[in-house]
Amino acid sequence: MNFQLTKEQEFVRKMVREFAVNEVEPLAAEIDAEHRFPVETVEKMAKYGLLGVPFPTEYGGAGGDHISYAITVEELSRVCASTGVICSAHTSLCCWPIFAWGNEEQKAKYLPDLLAGKKLGAFGLTEPGAGTDASGQQTKAELVDGKWILNGSKVFITNGGYADVFVCMAMTDKSKGNHGISAFIVEKGDKGFSIGKTEDKLGICASSTTELIFENCEIPEDRLLGQVGQGFKVAMSTLDGGRIGIASQALGIAQGAFDVTVEYMQARKQFGKKLSQMQALQFGMADLKTKIEASRLLIYKAADMKDKHMAYGEAAAMAKLFAAETAMEVTTKCVQYHGGYGYTKDYPVERMMRDAKITEIYEGTSEVQRMVIAANTFKK
Amino acid sequence: MAFKIIVCAKQVPDTNVIKINPKTGTLIRDGVPSILNHDDANALEEALRIKDKYEDVTITVVSMGPPQASDLLFECIAKGADEGILVSDRAVGGSDTQATSNVLVAAIKRWEKDNGPADLIFAGRQAIDGDTAQVGPQVAEKLDLPQVTYVEEFELAENMKDITVKRQMEDGYELIGLQTPCMLTTIKELNEPRYMNIAGIYGAKDIKVWNAKDIEVDLTTVGLEASPTNVYRSFTPAPKAPGHKVAGDTANEQAKNLLVELKGKHII
Repeated sequence: MNFQLTKEQEFVRKMVREFAVNEVEPLAAEIDAEHRFPVETVEKMAKYGLLGVPFPTEYGGAGGDHISYAITVEELSRVCASTGVICSAHTSLCCWPIFAWGNEEQKAKYLPDLLAGKKLGAFGLTEPGAGTDASGQQTKAELVDGKWILNGSKVFITNGGYADVFVCMAMTDKSKGNHGISAFIVEKGDKGFSIGKTEDKLGICASSTTELIFENCEIPEDRLLGQVGQGFKVAMSTLDGGRIGIASQALGIAQGAFDVTVEYMQARKQFGKKLSQMQALQFGMADLKTKIEASRLLIYKAADMKDKHMAYGEAAAMAKLFAAETAMEVTTKCVQYHGGYGYTKDYPVERMMRDAKITEIYEGTSEVQRMVIAANTFKK
Repeated sequence: MAFKIIVCAKQVPDTNVIKINPKTGTLIRDGVPSILNHDDANALEEALRIKDKYEDVTITVVSMGPPQASDLLFECIAKGADEGILVSDRAVGGSDTQATSNVLVAAIKRWEKDNGPADLIFAGRQAIDGDTAQVGPQVAEKLDLPQVTYVEEFELAENMKDITVKRQMEDGYELIGLQTPCMLTTIKELNEPRYMNIAGIYGAKDIKVWNAKDIEVDLTTVGLEASPTNVYRSFTPAPKAPGHKVAGDTANEQAKNLLVELKGKHII
């Protein structure tokens, strides 16, 4: 057991903290208000290796591990949750399945550009009628004359409007249920593939959330990711890892709200003393700090298990469940401790509270995380 | 043959955070993070830009400090430097600028023994803890190199020989042409330092730690004993009372009002 970060992990935190404070934080309120995807920040993240953290250098990755990846998403999300999820969806949901399930040709073709951030990635599983019940996929793929023809649509796709490479699920044999789903790599510009409606959301307003539309979308046969019928496995294993990313996003949001509230409480005076001198509020903050730290330990443990190639699905589910609920609680209390000012857009905590909610929903709702944990508990 | 750059860098306490104990007059170092000295970050950045632009450029960062100062070299390499050398030895502790430059010169000469003469040496203008701006110029003198201080613009010609720099002055600037080998001290106006790169953080680190014996320095020229200057006292300057603007719409009127005020206070 070792609770110390490695020197590299410490330096990743130092680097991403500096980057986030100088490059990301100044934009956070503006891009939230304008619902603007921060293209310029994505370019900067690419330049410094933030879009390929946990992948080997032979494919153009930074050669880091999943703890340093978790730290990266955490530190970005501490100042801007939209920027955090851009990194997380790209890394966990697109780069990772290609790295883990792709053949050598696919890895050589896609990973260098994705990991260098020259191309941005996204992931398409959810459909209007297939959310938590992902097996109800309506999007179909048929092999016709050596080409896959895709028909259907996906919704709520993070990075959708700005991604170049999409890992998408489609039914290849409806009669086989989950075993009839296959995974494909779709590229922006593929014939018959287009981006539909952009969602107007409660939070993470600067992230691009769109519909994907496949109308006789035609892609080469070699875009199949994994084997025919392995799509559900590809998707579920991808989401296990994605949960580490979203848990880290939740952790970052909570830590960010906590940090600005500590500062606020040391400045704000009522009844002749600072809020930080009032025991009821002190105790409230002590509880929040404890939960934030507990989230962090659950996340780093899951990430460490992933790096050690252990079965980490349940650990990731626990980390995401706890971190997301903590983010919601922390941000709600932080708005409360700011009083009326917290409810205004002059302070960042209202944005953080709106941003926190999504972490209890996407990449598996909190209910799904409980299903995963319960299934692991009672499977014997 | 490679174009060899040496960057002198120092690990310093983050002065944004640091406080002075008013009773003892010493710096309170507890819990204060150590950082790469600001002007040195500009020195490294300029070296990295040369490396970005031209083939076959090597950057060696040289520092003196306690063992934990190797973190600074880790950071410099994570930004793109090739190697780092830390001179760390109790014998050099307590050195003032004179003794420090003796150590750095010995380390550079020791390095040049293995690698051949450096083409260009950069240092930050001054450290935020000591604020002397003396070490860079002393190193240049002792290595018998031409030097320009307060460099705010830098250009190296493609012949890798001719350099043009703009030197910041209090009331303007100087444009100076010089040739390698030489030494330049840099200021923050020169460039915007880059961040570390994640791949750089995870890449191989060539960090050497040398002691006084390794650099073959004359021990009578380094350390506290060999330092002609000593810190007499450190203190936080008392904040100045706020000034006020002399009223008046025209220069004449302002001058008149100023005279009235000065006379009123019996200053003139």
